[in-house]
Amino acid sequence: MSEPVKVPELSKTDQERLAQAGIDLALKSRCGSYLQMDQDMVHAECGESGIEVLPYKQAMEKYDWLKEYAWNAVSPEKDDITRYVAAQKNPNGYVIIAHKGSKNVLPIQTCLFLGRDQIQHAHNIIIAEEGAELHIISGCASGAHVGKGGAHYGISEFYIKKDAQISFTMIHYWGEDIEVQPRSASVVEENGVFLSNYICMQPVKKIEMYPTATLTGANSIARFSSIVVSTPGSYMDLGSRAILEAPGASAELITRAITQGGTIISRGHINGKVAGTRGHLECKGLILRDGVIYAIPEIEGSVVGTELSHEAAVGKLAKDEIEYLMARGLDEDEATATIIRGFLDVKISGLPDSLQKQIDASIDVAEKSGF
Amino acid sequence: MLQIQNLHVNVGDKEVLHDINLTIGEGETHVLLGPNGSGKTTLLMTLMGFSNYTITRGKILFRGEDVTKMHANERALRGIGMMFQRPPTVSGLKLGKMLAAISRTKDENIPELAKTVHMDKFLERDINKGFSGGEIKRSEVLQLMIQNPDFVMLDEPESGVDLENISLIGTTIGTLLEKDKHIIKRRKSGLVITHTGYILDYIDADRGHVMCDGQIRCHGNPREILKEIKQRGYKECLECRNP
Repeated sequence: MSEPVKVPELSKTDQERLAQAGIDLALKSRCGSYLQMDQDMVHAECGESGIEVLPYKQAMEKYDWLKEYAWNAVSPEKDDITRYVAAQKNPNGYVIIAHKGSKNVLPIQTCLFLGRDQIQHAHNIIIAEEGAELHIISGCASGAHVGKGGAHYGISEFYIKKDAQISFTMIHYWGEDIEVQPRSASVVEENGVFLSNYICMQPVKKIEMYPTATLTGANSIARFSSIVVSTPGSYMDLGSRAILEAPGASAELITRAITQGGTIISRGHINGKVAGTRGHLECKGLILRDGVIYAIPEIEGSVVGTELSHEAAVGKLAKDEIEYLMARGLDEDEATATIIRGFLDVKISGLPDSLQKQIDASIDVAEKSGF
Repeated sequence: MLQIQNLHVNVGDKEVLHDINLTIGEGETHVLLGPNGSGKTTLLMTLMGFSNYTITRGKILFRGEDVTKMHANERALRGIGMMFQRPPTVSGLKLGKMLAAISRTKDENIPELAKTVHMDKFLERDINKGFSGGEIKRSEVLQLMIQNPDFVMLDEPESGVDLENISLIGTTIGTLLEKDKHIIKRRKSGLVITHTGYILDYIDADRGHVMCDGQIRCHGNPREILKEIKQRGYKECLECRNP
């Protein structure tokens, strides 16, 4: 078993925040770990054979061929955020490589913690080579000190090779003064599977992200699931996009959004470019307190033989459902919480139990603080 | 067990139930008959405490306690339970989770209990979503088995159910109402809405009432009333209303 991660100068509160973002500092339930605090790499290792977790710089020095992958899925000229990260002389972030045929049962955790600095930047490259299966949980959090402000810019590029699979579960636990602008993209080859799960149920000043999966290989699959709760003062502009470029490719984009007074813009775009492709986009929103849920589902088909659909609904909790549960003996608060839990319960096929439990635990935390 | 006194109920601005009086004793099962739209479901929903049904006059006493102003959950905790005819679909809420929420501290073996009404394969399904008529009834019965109310209201337990399922649902409801116990030891009471009367083969009701236009018009032996209605329809009830 790996030694527990030694984390310098982290208060008990901050350690708890990391735990709630899914980070297990004792490493009991993880096979590998990358921890970056502000711009300092604190820890990078992986005990699983065939899988490497390396700091970005070290990885680029070790494998010359990685140059082909850096800034390939994401263009450095995309916007101000990518230009800022690309201009860094001292790039940070991690590279995870699951070599051909490797597989991890216990997930790898990656943690980006924003403590002192105004801006944290990271460039991450994740590669699952042919036949590999890679499960990652990524916890992003900031320290508990409020009012200082801060920003996180993270570039993530995923490459899923033939017959490979990556599940990437990201839990955000930022503060109400933090702005977060990740930029990420994935390329999925033949029979490859990319599962991207995103959970953010805690206050944040602003999140803006719109990850894209390009399905270049036949029968490749991308599934994006997002569970977000927006509290007063939070502005969340979120989306996911799938571009279906090969026969048999399919994508599913699922969002569950709750506003308790904040703003959620829920975007989605599926582009069916060739015949024999399928895509479904689903956004369900609940307005618990006056706030904004603005769903913008887009489906775009340009050939005969692509089948795309979308479903979007925004509403309130139904009184008859609450009273149905009350008639079974639950009080109004219990009935409400039970229904909201059900609403947020998006079971993701292909996800290891430990990661599903982590998602459930995040919902527990949000439930305890009152939906 | 249950006493309804001079009950008047509004749905919105309109009075739907007028001056209902009904007493159901411990161990008794009563049947409520009447044409569609006469107010039978309204009465059950009112007794359960649904907020769309406003009691403007009268009282509901349960075991001597005035429950008229209580919420549905307070009534449920006192022992009132209901099998809904058309329960809502709750997206995302799994039947198993719902049963666990109902059972709480009770030490129930939910999968085993579910097997007895052939619902074990539905525990991971969203409650009522895409359920057939029979599946809805079995799900409702299963919830009541865990809730174990002393007073059970059943809103058309046989509607939309095939013959095979009627037997299963009827027998289970019979157990809920302690029909397997000697009449002296029977403590559970019930109020059943039925159109066909098939359910009476399983629960041997003690008394029947006919509701017409929001009023209970006549009382009597349930099988005899049902026989009359089958022969002559509700025509005489309507005449009774407008003599």
